[in-house]
Amino acid sequence: MTAFFFFSIATVTVISALLVILLRNPIHCALSLVLTFFSLAGLYVLLNAQFIAAIQVIVYAGAIMVLFLFVIMLLNLDKVEKVRERHPLQKAFGILVASLLLVALGSVAATGFLYGSKGVHTAAEVGAIGNTKAIAGLLFTDWVLPFEITSILLLAAIVGAIVLSKREL
Amino acid sequence: MIPISYYLILSAILFTIGVIGVLIRRNAIIIFMSIELMLNAVNLSFVAISKHLDSLDGQIFVFFVMTVAAAEVAVGLAIIINLFRNKETVNVDEINIMKW
Repeated sequence: MTAFFFFSIATVTVISALLVILLRNPIHCALSLVLTFFSLAGLYVLLNAQFIAAIQVIVYAGAIMVLFLFVIMLLNLDKVEKVRERHPLQKAFGILVASLLLVALGSVAATGFLYGSKGVHTAAEVGAIGNTKAIAGLLFTDWVLPFEITSILLLAAIVGAIVLSKREL
Repeated sequence: MIPISYYLILSAILFTIGVIGVLIRRNAIIIFMSIELMLNAVNLSFVAISKHLDSLDGQIFVFFVMTVAAAEVAVGLAIIINLFRNKETVNVDEINIMKW
């Protein structure tokens, strides 16, 4: 049953990711990317990461993609533009280099050989207290300094975005 | 039970699709979306390995990657809006003023 869900969701993920880079209209690309994010959330649920799945939907499929669609519509890019190819060999070389990258990454991934010692958070133990509670327990103890620095990063991003996009302050 | 290598291979495929998008598309916004695709591919690896090693640290990392991605999107899209204002295009071949 898990295998059926994995392979169907993986197929949807790969097809929608391909549509992101193949469709001509930027709006359609953005909507395929939303579908990719939703199917990735499904994979996270299969991996027992329910909290990550929830914030994947809220942050990526919600906030980030709304920003993308907003900019596409603001700039009026929702038309198929005829681009003049400046470098005709670029596509061929790009796909060739990327295929070599896939071979390199895939050969490492296919071995499935991973170093590292096992942690303490087994599926049964996390399931007993709940995934979100387990993550919160780590986030507010071991990772509390990075968590606080994150808030400064977000503040800097807000200020940066306003400074960049305002015509004159 | 799905072997972890399946998840890693899926992640490699998604990452490669993102790389192809960056290399072959000329629209700055679609290049940006391809970068998001690559970030998500790496997130999938993090979560898969986190489950494999019975550790939650990978999921914490994904949390931080998502925060950085949100910040990056806000600033990046502001830059793209500025480019469009100045050059009336988002085609990256037209934006070559910093190229020798």
